[in-house]
Amino acid sequence: MTKQKLIVVGNGMAGARAVEEVLARGGGEMFDITMFGDEPYGNYNRIMLSNILCGIQDTSEIYINPLPWYEENGITLHAGSPVVEIDRASRKVRTASGIVAAYDVLLIATGSRAFIPPMLGLNGPDGKMKPGVFGFRTIDDCDGIIATAKSSRRAAVIGGGLLGLEAARGLMNHGCEVHLVHLGAHLMPAQLDSDGGKMLRATMEKMGVKIHLQRNTAEILGEDRVTGLRFKDGDQLDCDMVVVAAGIRPNVEIARGSGLTVERAIVVDNHMRSVDDMNVYVVGECAQHRGQVYGLVAPLWDQAKVFADHVTGADRDAAYHGSKLATKLKVMGVELASMGLTEPELEHDEVVQFSEAKRGTYKKLIVRDGRLVGGILMGDISKAAYLMQAFDRETPLPEERLSLLFDIGTPPQKVTLDEMPATAQVCNCNGVTKAAIGACVAAGKRTPKAVMGATRAGMGCGSCKGLVGEVVAWFCGGDVEEDPSVHYYVPGIPMAKPELVAAIRERGLKSVSAVFAALGTDGKSDAASKPALASLLITLWNEAYEDERDARFINDRVHGNIQKDGTFSVVPEMPGGVTTPADLMRIAQVAVKYDVPLVKLTGGQRIDLVGVPKEQLPAVWADLDMPAGWAWGKSYRTCKSCIGTDYCRFGLGDSMGLAKKIEGKFRGIDSPGKLKLATAGCPRNCSEAMVKDVGAVAVGDDRWEIYVGGAAGSQIRKGDVLCTVTGEDEVVRITGRFMQWYRENAKYKERTHTFIERMGIERARAVVVEDSDGIASALDAAMDAATAAVRDPWLERVAPKTANQFAAPIPVEA
Amino acid sequence: MPVVLGPLAGIPPGEGRAFVVGAAEIAVFHTREGGVFATQAQCPHRGGPLADGLTDGGHVVCPLHDRVYCLATGAGIGNEFSIRVYPVAVRDGVLLVDPVDTLQTPHT
Repeated sequence: MTKQKLIVVGNGMAGARAVEEVLARGGGEMFDITMFGDEPYGNYNRIMLSNILCGIQDTSEIYINPLPWYEENGITLHAGSPVVEIDRASRKVRTASGIVAAYDVLLIATGSRAFIPPMLGLNGPDGKMKPGVFGFRTIDDCDGIIATAKSSRRAAVIGGGLLGLEAARGLMNHGCEVHLVHLGAHLMPAQLDSDGGKMLRATMEKMGVKIHLQRNTAEILGEDRVTGLRFKDGDQLDCDMVVVAAGIRPNVEIARGSGLTVERAIVVDNHMRSVDDMNVYVVGECAQHRGQVYGLVAPLWDQAKVFADHVTGADRDAAYHGSKLATKLKVMGVELASMGLTEPELEHDEVVQFSEAKRGTYKKLIVRDGRLVGGILMGDISKAAYLMQAFDRETPLPEERLSLLFDIGTPPQKVTLDEMPATAQVCNCNGVTKAAIGACVAAGKRTPKAVMGATRAGMGCGSCKGLVGEVVAWFCGGDVEEDPSVHYYVPGIPMAKPELVAAIRERGLKSVSAVFAALGTDGKSDAASKPALASLLITLWNEAYEDERDARFINDRVHGNIQKDGTFSVVPEMPGGVTTPADLMRIAQVAVKYDVPLVKLTGGQRIDLVGVPKEQLPAVWADLDMPAGWAWGKSYRTCKSCIGTDYCRFGLGDSMGLAKKIEGKFRGIDSPGKLKLATAGCPRNCSEAMVKDVGAVAVGDDRWEIYVGGAAGSQIRKGDVLCTVTGEDEVVRITGRFMQWYRENAKYKERTHTFIERMGIERARAVVVEDSDGIASALDAAMDAATAAVRDPWLERVAPKTANQFAAPIPVEA
Repeated sequence: MPVVLGPLAGIPPGEGRAFVVGAAEIAVFHTREGGVFATQAQCPHRGGPLADGLTDGGHVVCPLHDRVYCLATGAGIGNEFSIRVYPVAVRDGVLLVDPVDTLQTPHT
C-alpha cells in the first residue's frame, strides 16, 4: 500500500504535537509526512520564551523537537520555508522559495503572530519596524530584545496582559527602567477582575515597574530609532526601546486565500476538520471551534489528539467538544490561578471573595447553581488544584463556601493518588494525564526519569516534577525496584530497627564500636551511622551504655549547638521559661565577662548565649553555675508554659508548675528526634501546647488534655488529643509513657508528628492509654530508668570525658 | 620538615583535633581502626571545623553541612569539593606532620 502524503503547514507547538500524536498511532506507516515552518529551527516551547528573556533558561533548553527528531521519524522538514499558497483544487502547497508539494491530507497549524496595533511611526523608512521596536513571539524577538535591552536605559512595554507582564519582568532582569503601557483600566483583563488587577498593579509597582493604565499609544517617536511614545491624549513617554505585547492574531491569510471559511480564525468541525474541505484539518491558535479561538496550550493537546485519532482512523468518532479555560501562572513572582468568568454574569450568580491587599492575596469565586463557573486566586493558590478540577468537571461544591478558599482545620485533606481520576492532568504544560503516565509505566518505563523523557511530563515549567515522581511510583506499585536499605535503621548496618534491637540485646552490645564489629557490613564502621546507633544504645542500656564520644555528633561531645562559624551556643535550663532576677543577673554578667556576641531568647522560652568558642565553654558553664538546658541534641529539649493560674485571670491549671515538673523529670533523655513540649493553663493555648511534640492543656477541675504529634516547624500540624487525665502526676506519667514508646519505636530523626501519622493516633491511644499490648508498666519502668541515668553534662567542665575535649586549635612550633 | 604535634593520646580514638602549624591549620584524625590522617582544618564548602566531624575508617563528615571527604586522599565523596591532605606519622607514640602539602591535592 502506498503511503498517503500528509503535509503540515506550521512547525510550532501545535503542528509538532499533532504529528507526534499521529506517529503514536502508527501514522508513520500510513503517511509520508512533510512539515513547513516559518522559523529556521526545530520546534520549541513558546511558553518558555519568557524564561529566555529573563535569562533563566537558554535557547537550547526550550526545544521540544530538535532537528534530528524529524530525521529519526522520517519527516521531511522545510524550516524557514513559509507556505504562501494552498491550491485545494490540485492539492498542492507552494512556499515563498518556490517549493511545490502535493498532499492527500493537509494540516494547517499556522498559529498566531504578535498583534501590532496601528501606530504612527511604527515603521522606519525601509518599511520594517523601526529599530528598537519588537514583538514578543519568537526566539528571534527574544534575541533582539535581550541585545537591545543591554544598551537601553528605559524600556516601554505596550500591553498589560500576561505577555506584557512577562516582557516587563524580563526587561527588569536586564536592568532597564520598565514602563508598562496598557489600554484597559486594569492589568490582565483576561484573567483578573478590577480588584485583582489593582492588587497586581500594586505588587508590580513595589517591584519597580511603572504602570500607565488607560493609555492609548498613538505614535512611536524617533527618526532612526525609538526615542519615545506619544499617547492619544498628547502626553509623551521617553524610552529607548518598545516591546509590543498587545495580543496575538491568528495566521489565517493563506487559508482565506484558498477559499476556506475564516471568521476570527479558520472554522472547523468537531473532528478539527475545515468545514469546507474533507482533506484539510486545522489545529491550534489558528482554529475556530464553536466560535472559540484558544490562545493557551491545554486546548491544543486535546485538538491534536482528536485530529490524530480521526486522520489515522484510530477513532473515526473522536470529537473535540471545546475546552474550559483554566490556567496557573506565575507573573512577576506572583502566583496566579484563573478559570472561567472573572465577573458574575447572571443575577443569581454567587460571588465568594476574600482580599488581603497587604499580603497581595486575593481570592474570588463565581458559583452558579452550586457549581464553579469562574475563579481568581492570587498570592495563595493552594486551593487551585481542587478548584480547577471542580471547575473543569462541574462537580457540586460543598455548602460551606469558606472551605473553597481556605483549608480549615487539620489534618489537611490530600487528594490521594488512588482518588486521582485517570484523566486528571499531572503536567499542565505538556498535557500529560495520570493515565498517560500509567501507560508509559506499563510499557516498561519504570523510573520518573524514563517516564519524563517519554511523555515530557515535568519538562515544561517543571513545577510538577515531584508529583510525576509520585505518580510513577504509584503505578509501579509493588514492582518498583526497591532499595532494601530504605528500611535499615542506619545505612551502615543492614537491619531494620526491631531486628537491630533484638540483635543488640541478644549479644549484649553496649558500645557503637561493638555494634559495628558484630553487625556492620564486614565489621566496618560508618561515620553517618554512628549518632543514630549511640541514640539507640542509650535508650536500650541507660547507665550501662558505653559512651564512646566519637560516636556522637559534635554537639553531644561538647554539649552546645555548633554555629556556622564553629562556635557554640550556651542555653541554661529554665523550666517553663520561668527565671529569677538573680539568675538573669548572673547570665548578664557571664555575657559581659566573655564578651558573648549575641544574647537571644529562644523559641523554647530560654536564654541563648550565642557565639561562645569551644575552649570557653567550661568557664562559661562554671560562672553560670546553672544546669545544662539540653538545647543541642536529639533529646528532650524544653517545656514552654504560659502564666497559668498564678496570675492569669483565665488560668484553669498551674501550667508553670507542671512545666517545671516535666522538665525536672525528662531533661536530658535522648530520643530519635527532638522533643519540644509545652503546657498551657487553658485552651487559649498561649504556650502553643497544641502544636508541640507533647503538650498538656488545662481544661479545668485539675483535668489536662494531652496532645501528641504537634509540629510548628518546617511542617505544621496540630497535635492529636491522646487522652484527658486528672492531676499533674498523671500528665507526667502518660506523657512519659508516650515518649518512651516513641523512643523505642521511632526511626532516627523521625519527629513525633511523622511518627504519629505512621502509627496512627488510635494505635498510640491503645498502647499508651488503654495498655492494649500489656506493656504500659514496662514503658513506665524504662522511662524511669532512662531519667535516672541522666547526668548534667556541663559537669564535664571539671572532669572532661576525653583528651583535649574543649581545646582550641592547638598551636605547634613549625 | 615534619613537625611534632604531641602525643597520639591527645586525640581520642575516632575523633579529630585541630592544630595550628605556622600558617597552616591542620586537622588530625585518629580513627578507631588505628589510622592517623591529617587534612586541612576547614571544610572548603563553608569553613566548617573538620576536626569536630564524625569519622569512620576512611572518612570525615563536616559537622556543618555533612560534606564527606576521604581522609587518605582528600577527595570529596558525593560533593564537588576536595581537601588538602598532609603526610603524617606516629613515632614512639608521638604524632609528626609535614605541613608542606607534598601530595598537592588541589584546593578548590
